[in-house]
Amino acid sequence: MILFFILASLSVAFSLLVVLRRNVVHCAMALAATLFLVAVLFVTLDAPMLGVLQVLVYAGAIMILILFVIMLLNPAALETRPAAWRILGALGAAALCVELAVLFFYRPASLSAPTAPAGFGGVEAVAESLFTGFVLPFEVASVLLLVAIIGAVALGKRGG
Amino acid sequence: MIVDFAIVAAKAFLVVFMVLNLAGVLGWIERKGSALIQDRIGANRAAIFGFAGMGLVNTLIADPIKFLTKEDFIPARGDKLLHTLAPCLALFPALVTFAVIPFGDVLVVGGREINLQVANLNIGILYIFGMASLSVYGIVIGAWASNNKFSLLGGVRGAAQMISYEIAMGLSVIGVLMVYGTLELQEMVRAQGKLFWGWLPAWGIFQQPVAFLLFFTAAIAETKRIPFDAPEGESEIVAGYHTEYSGGKFLMFFAGEFAEIVTAAGLVTTLFLGGWQAPYLLRDGFHSPWGGALLLSPLAVTLLEVFAFALKVVGVCWLQILVRWTLPRFRYDQVMRLGWKMLLPVALINVVVTAVWIVLGQRGVSHP
Repeated sequence: MILFFILASLSVAFSLLVVLRRNVVHCAMALAATLFLVAVLFVTLDAPMLGVLQVLVYAGAIMILILFVIMLLNPAALETRPAAWRILGALGAAALCVELAVLFFYRPASLSAPTAPAGFGGVEAVAESLFTGFVLPFEVASVLLLVAIIGAVALGKRGG
Repeated sequence: MIVDFAIVAAKAFLVVFMVLNLAGVLGWIERKGSALIQDRIGANRAAIFGFAGMGLVNTLIADPIKFLTKEDFIPARGDKLLHTLAPCLALFPALVTFAVIPFGDVLVVGGREINLQVANLNIGILYIFGMASLSVYGIVIGAWASNNKFSLLGGVRGAAQMISYEIAMGLSVIGVLMVYGTLELQEMVRAQGKLFWGWLPAWGIFQQPVAFLLFFTAAIAETKRIPFDAPEGESEIVAGYHTEYSGGKFLMFFAGEFAEIVTAAGLVTTLFLGGWQAPYLLRDGFHSPWGGALLLSPLAVTLLEVFAFALKVVGVCWLQILVRWTLPRFRYDQVMRLGWKMLLPVALINVVVTAVWIVLGQRGVSHP
């Protein structure tokens, strides 16, 4: 429980840094740290597979690509946001805060979640559900990715 | 409780201690080995009272002192925080990866069974890939924080190269996973203890030779050493991502690279060379397939297993150094072409062939 609070407060602190820092690379690193901390949270909740996949996919691949793009573009040339965007953003944030507060104070009576069966979230369970029950969405997703790759190659060839 | 904690702490300390020391010794092997290969004398200048100790004084005493007492230079317009953070990020993954690599079987001391592995995760191999994927941060952040064109070029090259070869590396291991049927490294090593035709050890290299070649190539590319050192190619981009590093921080990059060599060797050993298995060594001693046995006490067997693991790791390290001083650097486009157009398709074919082989084998077993 103490570990949870340390990890949770650290990840909240780092996610605040993501929003508050002006330096884009600092933001990206803070986001990577947040993702890593969430992964550690998964591990403490007895879901090591989820935690490792979180690191592998988000911290290890997606964030690296984001950093790659930031490095190739010039982060110093940040455009200033028009005031309308700021108001919209503030409204959105306020709405989210209200929603969270409502959920926090008027929580439904039955909060006890059903206990997960043994081996839930393990390699076997994930593979089983991926290749039996969810095989069609899985294949559709892979076709979608293939289309995206072909599109990227086509665009790259035309540009070059 | 306290004893368990102490055992885990001792194992973790032992592994980090051994990896860092082997990384230091590898620095010596690298310089003396390169001298051997190139018919030079090699590091022999630094000496204490005339004693140079085959260059040991030079590489293990003089070099670290020089590194640690040099000025720590940070570019004026660079990013101070990230410039300091980057070497730590480079060293961290190389050190934590070794946690799941088993360096021996179960050691029984005073009725207590000690698994000779720091952390026994049932997703060991995924953990390794997760941590390895973080090693890109060190070079990308270091390159960006230096505020130097050459550093940035090196960082971009490094990120592209490491992501590309991670994919080939991951796919090459799939075949191995299918053969062993587990993600747990200790179980993989146990599975390699069998014998084929009564005499050939069932090591991964004999079951998955293609995967071994792919994995070893990708591992060398991941350590960013010649022939894959495009991120720091000194004839093109000065020193690449660590151009602006000096003193202790450069030493950390350097140590990280050598620690990566040790970790890669540990992985190759575990996946393909039988891990801590010594040929014909069972729990109670050697049993030759041609008759005859040499019985040993359990403690001696465990020590022999740890020794076999260490010997294989050092051997694979030496192989990597041999490759590094034998081949010239690949051009950057050649590195990319090798990764995407050769290793990746071959790895995919290996997966398909292995799957067909396993299914046919099961058919053959169930319908003789």
